[in-house]
Amino acid sequence: MSQLTVNGIRVDDTFAEAFEMRATALTITAHNAAWARQAAETMTGFATSVIGCGCEAGIDRVLNPDETPDGRPGVRVLLFAVSTSELQKQLQARVGQCVLTSPGSACYAGLEAEERLKLGSAVRLFGDGWQISKRFGDKRYWRIPVMDGEFICDATTGLSRTAVGGGNIIVMGATNETTLAATELAVEAIAAVPNVIMPFPGGIARSGSKIGSKYKGVRASTNDAYCPTLKGAGNSALDPDITSVLEIVIDGLTSDSVAAAMRAGVRAILALGPERGALRIGAGNYGGKLGSHHYHLKDLLP
Amino acid sequence: MSPLVFTLRDAPAQRLDLAPLTPDRLVGLSQSKIAAIQLQTTRDRVLAGDVFKIRMGDAMQIRFEGGSERFDRIGAGMSQGEVSVDGDVGIQAGRLMEGGKLAIAGNAGPWAASGMTDGSLTISGDAGDRLGGPLAGETIGMRGGVVIVRGNAGARAGDRMRRGMIIVEGTADTCVGSRMIAGTIVVRGRTGRLPGYLMNRGTIVTMDGSDALSPTFVDSGVHELLATVLMARYVETYSPEIAAMLRRPWRRLLGDMAVIGKGEIFSPSVAN
Repeated sequence: MSQLTVNGIRVDDTFAEAFEMRATALTITAHNAAWARQAAETMTGFATSVIGCGCEAGIDRVLNPDETPDGRPGVRVLLFAVSTSELQKQLQARVGQCVLTSPGSACYAGLEAEERLKLGSAVRLFGDGWQISKRFGDKRYWRIPVMDGEFICDATTGLSRTAVGGGNIIVMGATNETTLAATELAVEAIAAVPNVIMPFPGGIARSGSKIGSKYKGVRASTNDAYCPTLKGAGNSALDPDITSVLEIVIDGLTSDSVAAAMRAGVRAILALGPERGALRIGAGNYGGKLGSHHYHLKDLLP
Repeated sequence: MSPLVFTLRDAPAQRLDLAPLTPDRLVGLSQSKIAAIQLQTTRDRVLAGDVFKIRMGDAMQIRFEGGSERFDRIGAGMSQGEVSVDGDVGIQAGRLMEGGKLAIAGNAGPWAASGMTDGSLTISGDAGDRLGGPLAGETIGMRGGVVIVRGNAGARAGDRMRRGMIIVEGTADTCVGSRMIAGTIVVRGRTGRLPGYLMNRGTIVTMDGSDALSPTFVDSGVHELLATVLMARYVETYSPEIAAMLRRPWRRLLGDMAVIGKGEIFSPSVAN
């Protein structure tokens, strides 16, 4: 593979291939920032990949009290799925089981769009007839009596059909320690970019996957080309000096936000340099035929 | 562009039906066409040009210079634009209003905002009885929009209200929110006897308490609820003082248990 070298780090001449997804956003608030985060983390747990979790979800950013509808500390959460019906199903289940149940929580639309998904309109039945609809101007809320007061929830939230899932960076290094250090730095840089999430644990996937498997019915399997223990066997993509590979997967509300996130991540890794960080940066794709969005690493360099 | 102005020549000799003088009806009409619009409510014909001196302008902004307790049905059925009146108006101001802004500088008679579905009505003086309420034979009163009364409201404000918001900065007479179906009424001053009489659902905030509460309301204690905070955010643009008060804890009373009892009255945390 042809490569460029920037600040001593090899950058593959390749691209990340990403797909159109359905997405929505929520603003979750609570008495304090810690409980808002707790509700958001619970809700976005087990949401690393649409392959096994139904949706990909994560925290976009922490909101100041003056940015939330009720003036309390909050967190903005993004959810991505492959279809509107699956997104609706996941939204309903996750808000119902994880946000409704969290002490002092309230849940508001985090995305304004013409097309709507049911939010409170789905969860309201928990109220068993005691739920109250309140409409102030264009906004309709559901008030559901719960044991610490009322759970307040917007009736609907916006749906985006033009969100992008699957932006990625593959970080390759000499040791687990340096590779992880570089990847963590990239995650930190990407976290500052609005409208994107990194759904894997702490933003990082160590088990990058390829489509399909030798086994019937297994939809995804280990990306053997990037497994350092398989170097020399089969079609390894790794150089002799690479012994650790990590991947950051990025979902964004717009293609521009995914590009901005990848740019921030790549630049952070390059700035750290090869001694303390990564030796090589790559990206995952399927030959370019499956996904409608291509992010070439060479376009993201400083 | 300057507004279209109707200046009252003399006190009207009979009640007038001003429903035709809305932006919806006047946009695109010439001065002579407007002057020929009939406004009488008796057998004596009265034309707009007889009652008012007309100064042409943008018909999306209509101003009445001078008012009268005989100005009936002003802004009735309007769906867009702005109508303002310098003085008082008669019955049914903004009746079945669908949008736009109606502003009354003086007092309004009974049935203002009757059956209103959207838009805003501001009454700087007092409102008569049955603000937003249905006329005889109708089953539903106000269905949306916002009504702001800077003065006091008469009896049965929000009768049979279904949706929308009524804000009263002064007091409200007896049976505010009677037979409410849903919606929100906020009264800054004291309310008369029996607020929420036979209300099914909906919210009434009696910020200064009421003269007598029906025994068919039950006390569910003092709560600091997000619902009143969200209400405050919405009310802020209309009445900042009321908005600030809404952020406090309120005593929540459930009722009217004489019917389905799914309504609520927020009253001061310490009974008064």
